[in-house]
Amino acid sequence: MSEITLQDIIKPENLVYKKTSLMTNKALSYCPGCGHGTTHRLIMEVIEELGKENETIGVAPVGCSVLAYEFMNVDMQEAAHGRAPALATAIKRLWPGKVVFTYQGDGDLAAIGTAETIHACNRGEKIVIVFINNGIYGMTGGQMAPTTLPGMKTATSPYGRDVATMGNPLKMTELVATLPGTYYVTRQSVQTPAAVRKAKKAIKKAFQNQLDDKPGVSFIEVVSNCNSGWKMEPVQSNTWMEENMFPFYQIGDLKVDGKLIDR
Amino acid sequence: MGELKLMKGNEALAEAAIRAGVDGYFGYPITPQSEVIEYLMAEKPYERTGMVVLQAESEVASINMLYGGGGTGKKVMTSSSSPGISLMQEGLSYLAGAEIPCVVANVVRGGPGLGDIQPAQSDYFQSVKGGGHGDYRLIVLAPSSVQEMSDFVPLAFDLAFKYRTPALIISDGLIGQMMEKVELFDQIPRLTDEEVIKRHPWATNGKPVGGERRILTSLDLDPHKLESHNWHLQAKYKTIEENEVRFEMLHCEDAEYIIVAYGSSARIAQKSIQLAREKGIKVGLLRPITLWPFPKKPIDELTKRGIKGFLSVEMSAGQMIEDVKLVVEGRTKVEHFGRYGGVIHSPEQVLEALEQKIIGG
Ligand SMILES: Cc1ncc(C[n+]2csc(CCOP(=O)(O)OP(=O)(O)O)c2C)c(N)n1
Ligand code: SF4
Ligand SMILES: [Mg+2]
Repeated sequence: MSEITLQDIIKPENLVYKKTSLMTNKALSYCPGCGHGTTHRLIMEVIEELGKENETIGVAPVGCSVLAYEFMNVDMQEAAHGRAPALATAIKRLWPGKVVFTYQGDGDLAAIGTAETIHACNRGEKIVIVFINNGIYGMTGGQMAPTTLPGMKTATSPYGRDVATMGNPLKMTELVATLPGTYYVTRQSVQTPAAVRKAKKAIKKAFQNQLDDKPGVSFIEVVSNCNSGWKMEPVQSNTWMEENMFPFYQIGDLKVDGKLIDR
Repeated sequence: MGELKLMKGNEALAEAAIRAGVDGYFGYPITPQSEVIEYLMAEKPYERTGMVVLQAESEVASINMLYGGGGTGKKVMTSSSSPGISLMQEGLSYLAGAEIPCVVANVVRGGPGLGDIQPAQSDYFQSVKGGGHGDYRLIVLAPSSVQEMSDFVPLAFDLAFKYRTPALIISDGLIGQMMEKVELFDQIPRLTDEEVIKRHPWATNGKPVGGERRILTSLDLDPHKLESHNWHLQAKYKTIEENEVRFEMLHCEDAEYIIVAYGSSARIAQKSIQLAREKGIKVGLLRPITLWPFPKKPIDELTKRGIKGFLSVEMSAGQMIEDVKLVVEGRTKVEHFGRYGGVIHSPEQVLEALEQKIIGG
């Protein structure tokens, strides 16, 4: 039997996975194991599969994904902290035929940008909002976010989030699902291959809604980890997320085709 | 001759927005300029030109809508009054940093804080000295008539796009609310999407087929790169200072004294000058039209010519006077006069101040 060389393996018929050309070659700035990178890739794969790379305008937030525009190989604008939905509103209103999305963390979307989020959703803007909920401010060093779980320790809740003085975590996704202006609202995660596949399906559905000119926002929350902020190993952080975040932030669709799902 | 109409300043500004071929207006109501968005909503500009008009949830949202929309190469505009303009300062800093053209109109009212709804000129510092964070400038145009409320809209857009930077039209409650005859310019057609794409290759409206994606950002984590970006901005501001100063001089040829005033105060000062000349006082008016870039050269030339004193007349506690003093550099007397907090000075009060502070003082 002759030796099999690498050249024998690298053949089109053996190709099982290929990096989308809509991710740049720049090394991701995210911590190893962080969900941001995976979610970036899914969005870019979907845009490539839909053939919309030349018609897409993305809006990056302020947060760890502030540099999303370095990695996403489409036209991008970098918004001020929390304002991405306002930018996206104007872009879509002025270019109704283009594909417009925002990518935002939980501090960006559910704290400083609450008004922009609620009102873009309430106006029924025909945009996609991707919301990375890691229950913490990753970028600034692990402070409490509006989504931080009760009792969870962060840099600004060092003894754990005390709901009596610090308030309860905000379920923004449940909130926007009640607004008539949202068309598709779902909560996903990207910590396992199965979850990644489901999340990609959801992202594709969201963008397809926009291509089909469906009335309203398609809103995807991705419950994610922040191993650095949570001070955990990547694998440990995923287990912690499944055990602690998922019971509070239940994975699944909240609203499909404009109709609330009984859950 | 264009169409003649009797209009409020705010209405003239709104009509000019439609006629200037603006693609999108995003605003939030505030007195004394709510007529702008009311007029636009009533006019159905969508039917006239295809222009989008949207009432935003706040001035924070409207200025960021300008970032999004302006970033795609479209002509976008908002208007507000002082408290709302304060809310826009973060956004203006980002727009200047990312070099996105847009036009913002401020119909100034009395401050600080909620202040009142009467005319004032107390937002001068905020307009020309930064306002938001970082080293940036806005091109600032100051209309002194309803006619200029109309004419300065297309001018502001030309400058904003020429230099890829936000332009500010700063008037006040008096110009916004008063009615005057205005000659409206003819409709400038909105650019088609194809024209926008062709004209503004920097704009993010979908990556060109086979081309490079575009990024609009004000972030650069590498301090050396950010410093270079700042150098680029400063070079641009220098070009603007060299080429875009606009001002008007009235009765300055034989003048011994000069009133420096813009906007409403310049209108009032015209009457004061007439009264002064009837008394044999030789006084002229220098009216800055661009507050930034500030007309330094004419003030310097007047100083060199031996002007005996400048009176900076503003409806503020004395803001523009600092720029006058920076040019005069102590070579002659510079004083301020103005009522503020929403009180408008009379021509007689201005004349009295000239006599007491400059001639007699
Ligand atoms: C106006 C303003 N306030 C505060 C900050 C500092 N800041 C940067 S990112 C951030 C929080 C980001 O958290 P999140 O949106 O959850 O994103 P993550 O990093 O967790 O992905 C804050 C507070 C800022 N850049 N601008
Ligand atoms: S700090 Fe947290 S959110 Fe940011 S890259 Fe690291 S793991 Fe991801
Ligand atoms: Mg976060």
